[in-house]
Amino acid sequence: MSAISREEVAHLAMLARIDLAPAELDRLAGQLGAILDSVATVQQVAGEDVPATSHPMPLTNVTRPDEPRPCLKADEALSGAPEKEQQRFRVPRILQED
Amino acid sequence: MTTTANGPGTLDEVLDYDTATAAFDPVMGLEVHVELNTVTKMFCGCPTEFGAEPNTQVCPVCLGLPGALPVLNRAGLESAVRIGLALNCRIAPLCRFARKNYFYPDMPKNFQTSQYDEPIAHDGWLDVELSDGEVYRVAIERAHMEEDTGKSLHVGGSTGRIHGADYSLVDYNRAGIPLIEIVTKPLTGAGERAPEVAKAYVSSLRDLLKGLGVSDVKMEQGSLRCDVNLSLRSRQDDDQMSVPLGTRSETKNVNSLRSIERAVRYEIKRHAARLRTGQKIVQETRHWHEDTGITTSGREKSDAEDYRYFPEPDLVPMQSDPEWVDSLRATIPEPPAERRRRLRAEWGFSEAELRDLINAGAVDLVAATIEAGATPAAARKWWSGELARQAKARGVDLCDLPITCEQVVELQGMVDAGRLTDTLARQVLDGVLAEEGGPEKVAAARGLSVVSDDSALGAAVDRAIEANPAVVKKILSGKTAATGALIGAVMRDMRGKADAARVKDLVLKRLVPQEGETDL
Repeated sequence: MSAISREEVAHLAMLARIDLAPAELDRLAGQLGAILDSVATVQQVAGEDVPATSHPMPLTNVTRPDEPRPCLKADEALSGAPEKEQQRFRVPRILQED
Repeated sequence: MTTTANGPGTLDEVLDYDTATAAFDPVMGLEVHVELNTVTKMFCGCPTEFGAEPNTQVCPVCLGLPGALPVLNRAGLESAVRIGLALNCRIAPLCRFARKNYFYPDMPKNFQTSQYDEPIAHDGWLDVELSDGEVYRVAIERAHMEEDTGKSLHVGGSTGRIHGADYSLVDYNRAGIPLIEIVTKPLTGAGERAPEVAKAYVSSLRDLLKGLGVSDVKMEQGSLRCDVNLSLRSRQDDDQMSVPLGTRSETKNVNSLRSIERAVRYEIKRHAARLRTGQKIVQETRHWHEDTGITTSGREKSDAEDYRYFPEPDLVPMQSDPEWVDSLRATIPEPPAERRRRLRAEWGFSEAELRDLINAGAVDLVAATIEAGATPAAARKWWSGELARQAKARGVDLCDLPITCEQVVELQGMVDAGRLTDTLARQVLDGVLAEEGGPEKVAAARGLSVVSDDSALGAAVDRAIEANPAVVKKILSGKTAATGALIGAVMRDMRGKADAARVKDLVLKRLVPQEGETDL
């Protein structure tokens, strides 16, 4: 049974700014459902004694001292920008729903 | 009911404040974002200096370039824990960062690194003193770590705001600067004093953060920012707490203490007007307009799920060992409100006297002056009197006057020793503030000291008596209050370099034969 509905896929596509055709929604709902089902089997394996983890390495508290390191120069930082102006990244108007 | 303008074509009605708070019970939630004053950003070594040239404090990490990996700033973590402890919070034994996903060009990564269900600090409180001394306990829900966003400049359109802009220009210098978000629980029971409580809370929080030394807390530069959530519920005669909360609005970026009070007040009036006429409150973000004192509709609030939070895989969890937390706890200064209560008792000042010192920003200076050897009364006299006046005249903060607490002590010592009158002491002070040197040096250089030589004083008294026969006649007829005129004349003659009490003695001795001293 698919764990994700067509509507949920459409919603996620909207949030991720991905334009999907109706046929793609149907197909992806099925594929994502299969992936979720497979991942869900992990939950069957993990017992009470296995805590949820966000990280494969058994590490905590990796920090660095509060000391400055060299930055990029502005032209380096902007070198990949499709458009720039006044040493800033130029982006389309933000609220397109206006 | 009155109406205020709300952007082109729309008008928000507002209800008179007293009517609104008589019918409805306001419930507030305050979110404060504070920028930490670390040297570098939260997850990379870029500097955090304010006002640098655009995009000069950026690197692959804070620009979200592929493959870049964040590493947590230890000082940022320590500040977060210290803030939590100062707010009487519990520190999570284990917590993680989470990605808050959204598409908005102010974050080049398309997510903000934040904390979601595992904040570093939670369930605390802060006692807040209102202007009349009443204390309101603000319950703290959580304080969590996150990072600031870039700064957008909206180009085109007429207003310079985001609405109607043609495009935006983004500077990522601010992206990644450590932020602590401090969120209150829903604050109930403040009633018509809700706006005052909101202001007092942010003001107290600012003092506390300043005392911790974790932030510049400059609201005008955006290092402390406040969002105000507000809802109203109907008032019932009993069991008000069981009345469910109403729909809330969130007013963003209210960035001065005065505006916080005004924004809460305005939202109470606006909500009340809608509820009165059976209209629904839209759950939305609202913009605060400092100039007109109103809010206007922003975007409708998206559900929390829309951010698709998930644990940040590029950062490892944080584990707080109790010994480490205790070592940080030892660095927490006495809470500002408690310190004031203690100092007031120690110094023997009235509420009003202490409030004057607080308002003049003089508490620390008075404390240091007392520490340096002055009595509390003398320290207060100088800092809230002549020095406060001088600071105001120069348009500077008291602490920026070119005088040290030790010099104030020295000056008062000269007064206490009878070497300076208050008038002379003020002249010495002028010299010190003109950076001519310390009080002793100025007094010597300007020749300022009380003339204690009775023969010189006696001669001046004789001159005054001779020059003011009418006054003398009054005194002789028993009107001793007239002595003041003669003392004034002597003081002028001596150019202030005499002790008025001593002059008075001499005048009376000359005019009124003392017992046992009669010539007859």
